[in-house]
Amino acid sequence: MPRRRNSRRVKPPPFEYHAPVTVDEACALLASLEDAKVLAGGQSLVPLLNFRLARPAHLIDINRIGGLDRVYERDGGVAIQALTRQSAVEDSDLVGRVCPLLGAAVRLVAHRVIRNRGTVCGSLAHADPASELPAVLLALGGHVVVRSTRGDRVIEAGALFHGVMETALAQDELLIEAWFPASAAPFAIVEESRRHGDFALAGVVRAADRLALFGVAPTPVLADPRDPANGLRPSGDLEATPEFRLHLVRVLTEKAFAA
Amino acid sequence: MRVNRVDHSPPSDPRRLLSDHLRHDLGLTGTHVGCEHGVCGCCTVLLDGAPVRSCLMLAVQAEGHDVTTIEGLAEDGAPLHPVQQAFHECHGLQCGFCTPGFVMSVVGLLAQHPNPTAQEVDEGISGNLCRCTGYASIRRAVVRAAELSSPSPRRGEGQGEGGPKK
Repeated sequence: MPRRRNSRRVKPPPFEYHAPVTVDEACALLASLEDAKVLAGGQSLVPLLNFRLARPAHLIDINRIGGLDRVYERDGGVAIQALTRQSAVEDSDLVGRVCPLLGAAVRLVAHRVIRNRGTVCGSLAHADPASELPAVLLALGGHVVVRSTRGDRVIEAGALFHGVMETALAQDELLIEAWFPASAAPFAIVEESRRHGDFALAGVVRAADRLALFGVAPTPVLADPRDPANGLRPSGDLEATPEFRLHLVRVLTEKAFAA
Repeated sequence: MRVNRVDHSPPSDPRRLLSDHLRHDLGLTGTHVGCEHGVCGCCTVLLDGAPVRSCLMLAVQAEGHDVTTIEGLAEDGAPLHPVQQAFHECHGLQCGFCTPGFVMSVVGLLAQHPNPTAQEVDEGISGNLCRCTGYASIRRAVVRAAELSSPSPRRGEGQGEGGPKK
């Protein structure tokens, strides 16, 4: 009876689904539930669920919260709210004018169809070490605003990333906004990947004299442009050896600073 | 949720992916399922007009939104959608498994760039994998689709006008 089998066909592991319509409601859920995960764009979380690599007891879908998808100017930079899709940032004239580095970086994230759902804040909260946007936030010295029932707090980029997919966010906190300072020229983001749109083997972000690296450590890291590979101990995998990643860091830095 | 201009209730199980809901609950098997983690692009559908991966969305998330699948581009018996017509004319498909995803991505691409440059074409189809036709004829199909979609006198010339073979 294929029909009956299909009617129960699901990929993700069991979870309880919550769909709050306000930020306060989402924070109350985060405060009261054990082992809850926030679902924003889902372009990293849903694959993890489909593979059953992530098995949260509760899924808090924030997509029904209204008024949380703005891009606006504040404090000499640009603020991106939790539900702003990456494609909206890509298309934003404000981002292009105030923080063109962010505009350039977001175009390197996967493909347009993924960016139609994926969010900037989600990329920061997910904190994949090979992801572009955390390194951009770090290079520019931006911050994120997180909210819980205990109140709001600001986490500077330098204090946000703790390890592979680990951040300073507490279990009950929701990342509601990311703030990127204006990107003064010269800036550049250069990366090397095996396939178009795939995660980078290594990448570098230049914001004036500051340099941040991604894909070569458990978190994005700041580095000295004159000796970018100093102290780095990147991991090796099927796609690149540690030595090749160090080589990439040197070559990509050279390219970024030649511009 | 509205699917191809018809209202449907979302599934009761929140674990049901949109791709599985379309195929198994609504019988819309034109949306194909390949990798189920967002890489191959076969399951691409339009959500409120913009292409998204239906395997990376829970069906309940489509509640209150408009979903368009490959079946919704042209009514049965009606002329094909310009993008479908272009894939047909330019042999942009062989086995056809990846085709619905390509077509939906290209519909989104042309909405964003009605006259895409060669680079925009490559960028626009880079999130879809084809393992048999190869991409040369698909690229030609995208260019032809842009011609067929543009509001010029050439519109509606249809098949056999030699557009694809230059």
